[in-house]
Amino acid sequence: MSPADVQAVLPEIWVAATALVVLGVDLFLRDSRQRALLVAIALVGLAGSASSILAFPDATTAFGGTFTRDAVTNALQLLTLAVAALAVLLSRDYLARTGLEAGEYYTLLLLASLGAMLMAAAGDLLLLFIALETLSLPLYVLAGYARTSRRSQEAGMKYFLLGSFASALFLYGVALVYGHTVSTKFAVIARAETGVLLQLGVGLIIVGLGFKAAAAPFHAWAPDVYEGAPMPATAFMSVVAKIGAFAALLRFLMFAAPLLAISWRPLIEVLAAVTILVGNLAALRQVSVKRMLAYSSVAHAGYLLMGVAAGSPGGLWGTTYYLFVYALMNLGAFAVLLFLTRDGAEADQVADLGGLSDRSPFLAASFALFMASLAGLPPTPGFLAKFYLFTASIQVGSLWLAIVGVLGSVISIAYYMRAAYAAYGGPTAADVTVARAPWAAAGLAVAVAVILFFAVLPGPLTAWAQQTAALLR
Amino acid sequence: MNHSLLTWLVFLPIAGALMLAMLPRQAHATLRGVALAVFVAVLALAAYVFFSFPPGEAGFRFATRTPWVPGFDIDYHLAVDGISLPLVLLTAFLFPVALLGTWDSVREKLKEYLALLLLLEGAVLGTFLALDLVLFYIFWEAVLVPMCFLIGVWGGKRRAYAALKFFLFTMTGSLLMLLAIVGIYLSSGTFSVVDLYAKPLPAEMQGWLFAAFALAFAIKVPVFPLHTWLPDAHVEAPTAGSVILAGVLLKMGTYGFLRFCLPLFPEASHAAAPWMLALAVVGILYGAAVAWPQADMKKLVAYSSVSHLGFVMLGTFAFTIQGLQGAVLQSVNHGLSTGALFLIVGVLYERAHTREMGAFGGVAKVMPTFAALSLIVVFSSAALPGTNGFVGEFLILLGTFRADWRFAALAVPGVVLSAMYLLTMVQRVFFGPVNVDAKQFPALSARETLALVALIATIFWIGLYPKPFLERSEAALDRLSKIVQGAPRAEVVPGSGR
Repeated sequence: MSPADVQAVLPEIWVAATALVVLGVDLFLRDSRQRALLVAIALVGLAGSASSILAFPDATTAFGGTFTRDAVTNALQLLTLAVAALAVLLSRDYLARTGLEAGEYYTLLLLASLGAMLMAAAGDLLLLFIALETLSLPLYVLAGYARTSRRSQEAGMKYFLLGSFASALFLYGVALVYGHTVSTKFAVIARAETGVLLQLGVGLIIVGLGFKAAAAPFHAWAPDVYEGAPMPATAFMSVVAKIGAFAALLRFLMFAAPLLAISWRPLIEVLAAVTILVGNLAALRQVSVKRMLAYSSVAHAGYLLMGVAAGSPGGLWGTTYYLFVYALMNLGAFAVLLFLTRDGAEADQVADLGGLSDRSPFLAASFALFMASLAGLPPTPGFLAKFYLFTASIQVGSLWLAIVGVLGSVISIAYYMRAAYAAYGGPTAADVTVARAPWAAAGLAVAVAVILFFAVLPGPLTAWAQQTAALLR
Repeated sequence: MNHSLLTWLVFLPIAGALMLAMLPRQAHATLRGVALAVFVAVLALAAYVFFSFPPGEAGFRFATRTPWVPGFDIDYHLAVDGISLPLVLLTAFLFPVALLGTWDSVREKLKEYLALLLLLEGAVLGTFLALDLVLFYIFWEAVLVPMCFLIGVWGGKRRAYAALKFFLFTMTGSLLMLLAIVGIYLSSGTFSVVDLYAKPLPAEMQGWLFAAFALAFAIKVPVFPLHTWLPDAHVEAPTAGSVILAGVLLKMGTYGFLRFCLPLFPEASHAAAPWMLALAVVGILYGAAVAWPQADMKKLVAYSSVSHLGFVMLGTFAFTIQGLQGAVLQSVNHGLSTGALFLIVGVLYERAHTREMGAFGGVAKVMPTFAALSLIVVFSSAALPGTNGFVGEFLILLGTFRADWRFAALAVPGVVLSAMYLLTMVQRVFFGPVNVDAKQFPALSARETLALVALIATIFWIGLYPKPFLERSEAALDRLSKIVQGAPRAEVVPGSGR
């Protein structure tokens, strides 16, 4: 291990160390007011990690090619850090209100982020697997974090069982790839001649990552887990698991298996089409906003898969752009729900949004904004995100997939708009109250501001995402 | 050289919406006052643009163009020409009139209501002014959200259904147009309408691209048989929403044909013309036939829109200069007269809380001024000489006769039918024995009178002196007419983009 290796993984070290410091400091804190310190430490640690990425953005490999730092790594890691910071802000009030707050929560959140960051940096299947588990295990615990809630316990258990199954498939795929190429390094796999074992292995790896990304038909866990998990945990995992899974898919398929594209492209395209249709159609029937957003996140996995399937520079940066926008708008939508309570419990039905515009115009307007963006309506950033992916798809000749994407978008308007109407026109939900949550309000304000900024000036974000494409040219 | 005037035109209403958001919710008078002031300021700007636009100019004026997303060749490019100019003025005129005419009719969530109206105006103006395909698409879709909320939150009983139907219909069409925009970009490398005017697309691509664009515009117009969302949306929309929907939003469809379909895909337009003309004639007759037996006045006016917009489509696809001029002028006329008709229905609804014709009778005895004003509006909608409707429909029929007399001959009964169902409505509502309830109807308020009188003034202005409109649109339409009729492409863009 050379000093250069250490410098390459400095951002990861920041996050890991912050997670441990938070855990240690928590031992000395007595009440909820003092735990504000944990939030501060976490935010400082995340900022430190981000600054170390920005200070040394040069492309490099470390640990003998196991670890890669390039434009894709940097972009997705910065996104993960931003997501983690927002999630920390959004979580605190909810945890304090429900008596769940403890140092472990923030530690788990930071460790999961670390996993997603490593997935974006993997240059080797073994590191990818370890990163996948570093992401997944904390998320299982977070899903079951509400110890006294049966729903949450069930969610944690279900997520753990199905997630382990997916990890096993992934690992089996790794074994097959190794059997064929006698290596786990992306650079070596990329040069290997094709063969049945390799194709099978790649297929299994795709299935394993498809589970994590909640792509249909491997999405069955998502609605139950999303619904059962505590709201801030749901918000966080709906985003960070996607970033991790798509970071891995992009890295592995475009950098380790580019020659096999002829095999995996049709597979990913079919997955994308099925995911878009299943997610959007199932979301139509939901009465719980949490479940609706769960299916909507399935649908968004489908759009993201369009970019992966394209396998082109346009697909790569389009997916990066989409991940950024998706992360913000999904966190933002959950952030609004975090404010609603009924007798101290979550109020997560569509009807519970009724009358929100009279109680809190800001919350209602933010919610409408995020729904419009999730639906991909101009001028919100969700529109250009979809537009870039559709373009990438058409550019590689998959017009049919773009048409499926368009159909899915039309369907999605029905449920997003229904939820937005509920906040404006629906009958007032009398027993729902809007909780006071200054930290969450700060997080929400950041999400709204960023979304609005990129609605008006999408140029900088586009240029930022396009840096990643240089790798494929 | 960049003019900032059009940017002001588009973003002044949007800034007004933000300003409203900061005012207290309960201050209804202030909220309405601010909204009206912004609308009037926009009207003043639009009037300045209109009257300083030189007659005979075939290209674009007041252009502003800067890269918006440099990485994807998307420009912020606004400009106005003789085709969009009348529609910009119409839009800026109808919003304040619609607000005046329905001053007190919305009391719940007034702040959101006015903010949405302002956002809607900004988006519509952007649609008419954008000269970058992506920018155009963004404004085009951005119109949907506020309109959908206006119907869905402040609408009638079946508002949720109507709003969703409106949204899904228009969205399906427009997303296919989005794919066509991508197709154009991938084949030509530009989103700029002006650049595309200069280099024709390969003929073999034009068919599909035309189909995708035409579908989006045909749903918006709406062209028979894609009109089924319109009656639902109108019946459920609040009055101001109906005025804007019929007056301005439908024109986005007719404008789309003139701005994109005809000049970008001339060969395909030519090939599709007989079909479009046939659909236009069917729409004229079908709309009129269905309007006649309607008992609900809003439905009657909604179906009459289907019929009248059939004329606009007829003129558009006749490709002759008279037809095109008639189409542009009739787009404006329909906005004025149908907007006024919806206001009239709104005035009646405010007083009787029903739109069933059977519930009225003898209103003319109780509200004589209102009856007189309504009658003028009806004359305009029925295209009586002296009113604006006559000039528009006459030009369209003349232009169509020159292109293909059979379609014109088939469309003429539509004029007669339209007079019949409109006059039937007048007779049942305003004349005959006075209905008991009608005796308690309060007289027209000063604001309602002002709104109707303003509309009627423009009706006579265009009816008696259409020259300011015609001379400003003539050169641009003449160019367009030559493009589609197969004139050499080299002449296409004199001085455009500046």
